[in-house]
Amino acid sequence: MSGTDGVGGLDKLDQRGAVDQRETVDQRETVLDRPGRQLPGTLRQGLVRGGVELLQFVRERDSVIFSFAYPILMLAIFATVFGGDDPIVAGGTTVSFAQYFLPGMVATGVMLSTFQTLAISIAVERDDGTLKRLRATPLPATSYFLGKVFLSLVTVLAQTALLLAVATLVFDVPLPDDAGRWATFAWVFVLGTAAGAVCGVAYSSVPSSGRSASAVVVTPLLLLQFTSGVFFPVTQLPGWMLDLASIFPLKWIAQGMRSVFLPDAFAAVEPAGAWQHGATAAVLAAWLVAALVVGARTFRWRRHDDG
Amino acid sequence: MQSNGRPARDAYRSMLDGMQTSDPLAVRVRGLRKRYGSARAGYKDAVAGLDLDVSPGEIVAVLGPNGAGKTTTVEILEGFRDRDDGEVQVLGEDPRRAGRSWRARIGVVMQDSRDMSELTVLEKVRSTAASYPDPRDPAEVIAAVGLEEKARARTRGLSGGQRRRLDVALGIVGRPELLFLDEPTTGFDPQARRSFWDLVTSLRDGGTTIVLTTHYLDEAAQLADRVVVVRDGAVVATGTPDTLGGAQARTPVVAWDDGGVRRAERTDRPTAVVGRLMAAAGPGREVPGLSVTRPTLEDVYLSLIGETTSTEGIEIDDSSREAA
Repeated sequence: MSGTDGVGGLDKLDQRGAVDQRETVDQRETVLDRPGRQLPGTLRQGLVRGGVELLQFVRERDSVIFSFAYPILMLAIFATVFGGDDPIVAGGTTVSFAQYFLPGMVATGVMLSTFQTLAISIAVERDDGTLKRLRATPLPATSYFLGKVFLSLVTVLAQTALLLAVATLVFDVPLPDDAGRWATFAWVFVLGTAAGAVCGVAYSSVPSSGRSASAVVVTPLLLLQFTSGVFFPVTQLPGWMLDLASIFPLKWIAQGMRSVFLPDAFAAVEPAGAWQHGATAAVLAAWLVAALVVGARTFRWRRHDDG
Repeated sequence: MQSNGRPARDAYRSMLDGMQTSDPLAVRVRGLRKRYGSARAGYKDAVAGLDLDVSPGEIVAVLGPNGAGKTTTVEILEGFRDRDDGEVQVLGEDPRRAGRSWRARIGVVMQDSRDMSELTVLEKVRSTAASYPDPRDPAEVIAAVGLEEKARARTRGLSGGQRRRLDVALGIVGRPELLFLDEPTTGFDPQARRSFWDLVTSLRDGGTTIVLTTHYLDEAAQLADRVVVVRDGAVVATGTPDTLGGAQARTPVVAWDDGGVRRAERTDRPTAVVGRLMAAAGPGREVPGLSVTRPTLEDVYLSLIGETTSTEGIEIDDSSREAA
């Protein structure tokens, strides 16, 4: 181990070793002197994880572009294709197709940035060993989830802001101007984001591998988009299909968003003939709690096939 | 470095002695069992009654063929797997029930690390350090594993050997008391392996206890204070690299050709055997094909795990050993 055996930086390494031992011994004495050197707090570690998640997300440029563009592109396509048709009328009030379509896109964006992103990314991270590596550190599971939820929150806020901006600037969709509607928007948005996020965590245990995660997560969500009043009015669905969709959060987030962005007259053409804010809050809260319980019980750091 | 290191290590040891934990061992395993399989397909014991002791401050190398139960054992010690039976104490706690403060005291370098990331090496080490109460300086750790030049490179673009070194950096940044290295130098070139050995030695000299699994005997011989050979889920031998297998396993073998037949004799007194052969051959005549060999660590290891060695396949006459 002399410094002359041609391996660069060896001398340095040796010195470092010498420095290290002193530090280490000092350290242990310190620990003994002051027992209970504190582990970093769960919230603080959660913020670190949030920073990690955000950095990773923004650096995967393709996924940033597509996840932000998806609701906007869908809005643009539908508004352009059906824009020439007759405006949508309910109770003597008319709205443009873009306006009718916007709430569904907001709701879809929420589910994509929470449920879909989390379920896929956690399944992939379980598969490639990221979770196992984190498990080897003192990082609490809660901090890991806080990081994920933080990322969801940031992306869903940015995405929704962008969508609303495009809708109003490009497609002349009038945005609500009274505080009551924005208050509704806020609680539906927050509750929907929270429910979507914890559902994503719970659902991440379903895909058997990272490779199958996309298909296993995207397909049911796509089916829900068609049956939850995102792409066309729920009243066009057969009753049983509507009943089925009504079990899941997306239908309620979309309905809540319609109550924000559509005139009150449109409540009459809802299946129930009303906005059903109480039911919306109840269903979303129920999913939030159920997914929290299920997720906490089924979450695994390791792959199915790993012991 | 050795001369610098030992006093620190001794100081650490005596401090531990003064510390009064109920169990002075860093790792204590008794009768560990783990089986895989199902009632239908049948069970297989991956670990079958394994015992292991690791003292604070030592490097223990766990050797064994693939499927011997090395990784399963190490993962049970790390708290990743449950065991079916046996007693396990790691840093005085049962890994099955140990909490976060226990995890802060161990470092883990796992065998399979496939996770790729858009984070840089420095970001990764720094964010990992944030989980520990008393981490090492991330920049120093990165320098110690020789990744200074890659500190700002994305981990996705690292080579296999560089990734492995990052794994090691992540394993030691929390300043662990006990470090698990599971086949750490697989895929290293000889130079990288040598620097890695130096790093491990310096960690040990700094007071870190190290449990190392490896396929490489030269690695075990170079690093380990003690070698534990595992076969079929149980320990078949333990000792320093120089004494593994006991004196008997190191007994020299004298071999020669006897009218076209290869003969060999295991003996503690090879000179006497050679003298006898010389006498038999007659004055000034060669003994055909004469050789005297002492088994290497590799020979000892291979015979312990039941593989054939270079001296096997020849009928060895052990009679003179008894006589000697």
